[in-house]
This record gives sequence, structure tokens and C-alpha cells, in this order.
Amino acid sequence: MEIGWIETTIGALFATVVLTLWLSRGSGWLEPRFWRNAAVVSSLIMTGILLYLTIDSLNQIREGSARVPAYTVINKAVGLKRDYEKRRDIPVIGEEVGFFGKLWSEKEAYALVNKGKMTLQSRNCMDCHTLLGNGAYFAPDLTRAWLDPKWETMVKSMTGKATKEEAMAEWLKHPDRYPTFVRRMPNLGLTDEEAMALVAFLKWMSAIDTNGFPDRFAGVQ
Amino acid sequence: MTQALPQGKLYESQKLALWYFWVALALFGAQVLFGLLAAWQYLDPNFLYGKLNFITNRMLHINAMIVWLLLGFMGGVYWFLPLELGREVVGIRLARFAFFTLIAAVGIVVLVYLLVQYGPGNAFTLWFITEGREYIEAPRWADFGIVAVMAIFLYNVVATALKAQRITGVVAVLMFDLVALAGLYTAGMHYTPNISMDQYFWWWVVHLWVEATWEVLVGSIMAMALMHLLGTPRRIVETWLYLEVALVFGTGILGLGHHYFWIGTPEYWLGLGGFFSALEPIPLVAMVVHAVYDAGMHRMQTVNQPALFWAIAQAFGNFIGAGVWGFMQTLPQINLYSHGTQLAPAHGHLAFFGAYVTAILTVIYMALHQVRRPELPRFDSKLWKWAFVLMVVGIFGMSAAMTIAGFTQTMVERAIGGSTWQAYIDAQQHPWFQNGMVWRFVFGVFFLVSYLVLLWDLVTIGKGEARTAKEVGAHD
Repeated sequence: MEIGWIETTIGALFATVVLTLWLSRGSGWLEPRFWRNAAVVSSLIMTGILLYLTIDSLNQIREGSARVPAYTVINKAVGLKRDYEKRRDIPVIGEEVGFFGKLWSEKEAYALVNKGKMTLQSRNCMDCHTLLGNGAYFAPDLTRAWLDPKWETMVKSMTGKATKEEAMAEWLKHPDRYPTFVRRMPNLGLTDEEAMALVAFLKWMSAIDTNGFPDRFAGVQ
Repeated sequence: MTQALPQGKLYESQKLALWYFWVALALFGAQVLFGLLAAWQYLDPNFLYGKLNFITNRMLHINAMIVWLLLGFMGGVYWFLPLELGREVVGIRLARFAFFTLIAAVGIVVLVYLLVQYGPGNAFTLWFITEGREYIEAPRWADFGIVAVMAIFLYNVVATALKAQRITGVVAVLMFDLVALAGLYTAGMHYTPNISMDQYFWWWVVHLWVEATWEVLVGSIMAMALMHLLGTPRRIVETWLYLEVALVFGTGILGLGHHYFWIGTPEYWLGLGGFFSALEPIPLVAMVVHAVYDAGMHRMQTVNQPALFWAIAQAFGNFIGAGVWGFMQTLPQINLYSHGTQLAPAHGHLAFFGAYVTAILTVIYMALHQVRRPELPRFDSKLWKWAFVLMVVGIFGMSAAMTIAGFTQTMVERAIGGSTWQAYIDAQQHPWFQNGMVWRFVFGVFFLVSYLVLLWDLVTIGKGEARTAKEVGAHD
């Protein structure tokens, strides 16, 4: 379902003004009664629209929808492509490539990404990093971390691992050992399982359609 | 129904409010201290590395702020409510119980934050150590505590109004706002692996809670304060309050959309969020007009100068911090590049200070007047102007420094560098950015000094040699 934002905006403002005027007929616009009605009407109308749009939005961001991929996306190649008509980057999901050398079933993929999110929260990642642009600003944004060129160009050789996911997991377990900047990530004691899960979460997150944020990540063509 | 108190006497509710204020001020100090540690770690990343990491300092910095502002608001309501309704607050023992429970809970949470810091990636950590979601890191058990305390608070306001058989416009707004305040917090109390879903409701707490219900709560408190401070007629104050609620909720509820640009949500939020958040400064402009008009009517003279100055700072600070600095980056075309840079904390610092800190300080100065020298025609000290000026300069300095750093990030990291890890490092090493971080720290130290001056002033103001027995009797 597509909702035009201009129609929604004009409708909301129009309804608020008309309903307020109708309820306050008989009193001048400087009287308390007028503004009390305006306060009640605008709160109710805006809350109503928010609730309606929330239902629509939640349907569109459910995992497995067009905007937010299913957790099994970790089995597939994930990339970004410029959509020249919309003038923004959109994630593209390619063929099956496996993850840590295997294909994960729907249930396993859910469990892994879930563990990744738990790990992310348990280590307060958002108090240094931003995710989808939200969080603290002491460390890089992680929205497209899986697609960052540094894993291939630097971290793979640093850690001596053969694949990107293994290099990421190794780096996450010992960030203090592999510095990339004067500000080093502290060693937060991630277990093997937690590191792997965190990589899965980052890969899954990089496939979310974020309306083009961040723009031209790594110079996407 | 009314029980008028003789001059110099306080309601029990007001005595309780003073406890809220002093604990709030202590936590304010903790906020500044941990903020300073975090700011120093930008300059010397090895400082306390591995022992007290940036994550912990930053978490304590923002959590201390939330708790102290909440305590300040509750203190403000407990201070004015009996005056507004002409009777003692009903559940005063319950309120005291809630106060000590909250303090104990905050103490435990802080100790866990400092000593344990983080845990394994499982539900136990989320329930008992940290929930790891910026601003609402408090473990789940503490979340329930916060909602319970809010419920007791709401009960006290409603029950007192019912008992007094008097529901003024201000109290009506307050009651409805407190329902939203207690209710919206629960939107942050869930777990989902889906980060888009997580962020969707996270913003119900971080935007709707802080930017809408807090704004209205502070509006109610300032309305009560203005009636006492300037003797503004109730009719005018309440009309302004309704107008403000109409505009804050009318623009702010869908203004929430400016947080839904990039978290995976549908495209219509770009238009809705952009439009409604462009309207969001309007109520704040209205407040400035109101404050300037009121203060001008009284030729800037009142029995309580410090309170008047902080009240005016509130109107301007709210408009500049929340309105101007918010609007600066709120349109999606700009936000695409500025989102998640130092511009966000620049706005945050100025907005929280301008909208909330100033309001609480207004009320505290008014309360201290009643407590210490109720008979004095002027409540004054030598220091309060210093505290006021230093603090305003400090917060503006920090915000200006972060604004420059933020624009550097916007250009170097986002627009030119393509937002990669390396682009991030490039921006962080840019001289404009680094100078910004140095000046942020310098003004941070400045702010700490101004906090100490303020604290000293609050402890001493009105305490002269010539205290009469009546004044001593005003203490609890």
C-alpha cells in the first residue's frame, strides 16, 4: 500500500483546523477554550495518523519483506547498486555463497542473527558506534559494515584468514591486537560463537533498504 | 478544602521536592564528570583504555542526564502542585517511598555499570546488566522500576486533584501528559532481533517521550512557575500552555518521522518527517515571544532575579537548541549526509540544556527563595550571574565546537569519502575535526567550573548572617 505523504499532511492539517473551529464555534481565537480544543484535536488526530502509519510501517519492515531481508540472506552474496532513477543506492541480493562455509537453514539463521543482536546489546556497541546512523560517534557507522572494503584490503591480511567472515570474527575477538586507528576498540571478551553471530547480524543489516543512507557507500557505481 | 499555610512554612510535598532537587543536582555533577571523561578519551584514546572505556563513560553520561532531569521534573511538580491545588499532596508517604526506591535502584544500576560494565550476549545481560540501546541502557528490571515510580507520581497528581476537587487547566494537561509519559516508556521495553523494528519503537521513547511529553511536562511546570514568578494571570498562562500543547503535539507527533528516514521504514516518512519537523520550531518561537513579552512587562524586575533569568534562558535555549539546531539538520536532503555525525550531539547538548536544565534551575531558585528568605523582597546573590553566564558560554562553546566537527564529518566522511571505515578515520583526523574536539573538551572543563559555581551559589544563596527565627523555622 502506498500512502502519499502530501495528501496525508494536508489532510491532517485541514482536519485539525476544521475540527477545532467547529468545536470552538462561539468563542474567539484568543480564548482559552479555543486552544484547549486545538490541543485535544491536534493530539488525537496526529496520534491516530501515527498509529495507522505504524501498522503500515511495521508490515513493511517485517523481516522477509521487500525492505528488510529474511535472516537467511546471510547465505547469499550481498551488495549495493545505484538506482539512477531514484538516485539512491539499493541493496542487491545475489546467489547463494554460504556463510562460514555452510548454508544456514531458516531456523539456524534466525538463531544466529538473534544471538548477534543480543551480543550487540550486551556489549553496548551503540555507545561507541552508530547503527543505521543512531548511537554514539566515537567509532564508525556500522550500517554497511559488512560491505566495507577494509575487511578485504586490510583485515584479511592482518589476521591471516582466508574469508571475509573469518577475518571479521577474528578481528572482533581481538580488536586490541589489530589496530587501524589511534582509537582502538577495546577487547570486549567475545566468544567464538558471539563473534560469528555478530558478523551474521552485520551482514543481515547491510542488506536492509535504508532509503539510500549512507549515500554512495564506498563509491557505489 | 484549601489549607493555606502561613508564610515561611512548607507543604510536606515541597520538603520532598527539595530532596529531589539536591539528588538531581548531584547526578548533574556525575553527568558532567563522565561527559568530561568521554570527551578526554577523544583526545587521548589510551586514557583508561580497557578499564573504563568510552562505552561506559558515555552510557553513564547520558543515563545520569535522563535520571536527573526526571528527578528535577518530579521535584518541580511536587513543589508547585500543593500551591496549585491549595492542599497537601495525597500520597506523600508513597512519594517518599518511590523516591528512596528510585535512588536505591539508580545506585545499584550505576554500580553495575561501573563494576560489571557488560555481559555475555544473552537475555540475562539485558535483564540485569544493560539493555545496550542508547539512552535506554537501563536493565529491564530497572525499567519496571521507572514505570512503577512514574505510576505512583501520576497517581499522586490525579488523587490530589480529585481530593482538592479542583482541576485547573495546568493540572489537566499535566495529568494527560503523565499518562503518556508512563505509557510511552514501555515502548522501549521489548527485544527483537529486527533492528528496524527495534529502532522504530526506540524512537517512541527517545523522540515522543523526550521531545513531546517532556516538552509538555516542562511547559506545565514553567506555566506554574510563571504565575508565581511574575504574577501572570492564570487565563493567559493557561491559554499559552494549551497553544503550546496544540503545537508541540500537532507538529511533534508526526515530526517523529524525521527519525524514520534511514532505518528501513517506508519512503513516505521522508516527506512527512521533513514537513512536520520543519514546523516543530513554531511552538518554541511562540514561547520566546511569550517570555520576552512577560519579562518586558516587568522591566526584567522580579523578586527572584536568578529564576527570571533562567526562565528566559529556557525560552531562548529551547528555541535555539531544539528549534534552530534541530531544524538545521532535519530535512532529509541534509540529514542524508549529516545523520550520525557530531552535529547530532551539538543539537542534543544545546537542546537538553536549553529546554530542560534551565527550567529545573528556574524552579530550584524559586524553591530556595521560599525555603531560605520568604520574607525578602529580593532574592539575590553575587554569584548567580557568574554561574548563569559561565554555564551558557560553556554549553554554547561545546555545541559550537561539535557543530564545526560535525560539518567536517558531513563533508569529509559522508559527501566525499563515501562513509566507509577509512572515510570515518580521515574525517576524525581532519584538523577541523580535531580542533573541534579540543575545544569541546576546553568548554567542557569550563562547564564543570560553572557547575561548581552554580552549586556553590545554590548552597549559599539567601543564607545571610541576619537570619531570623522565622526563617530557621522554614527549614524542615
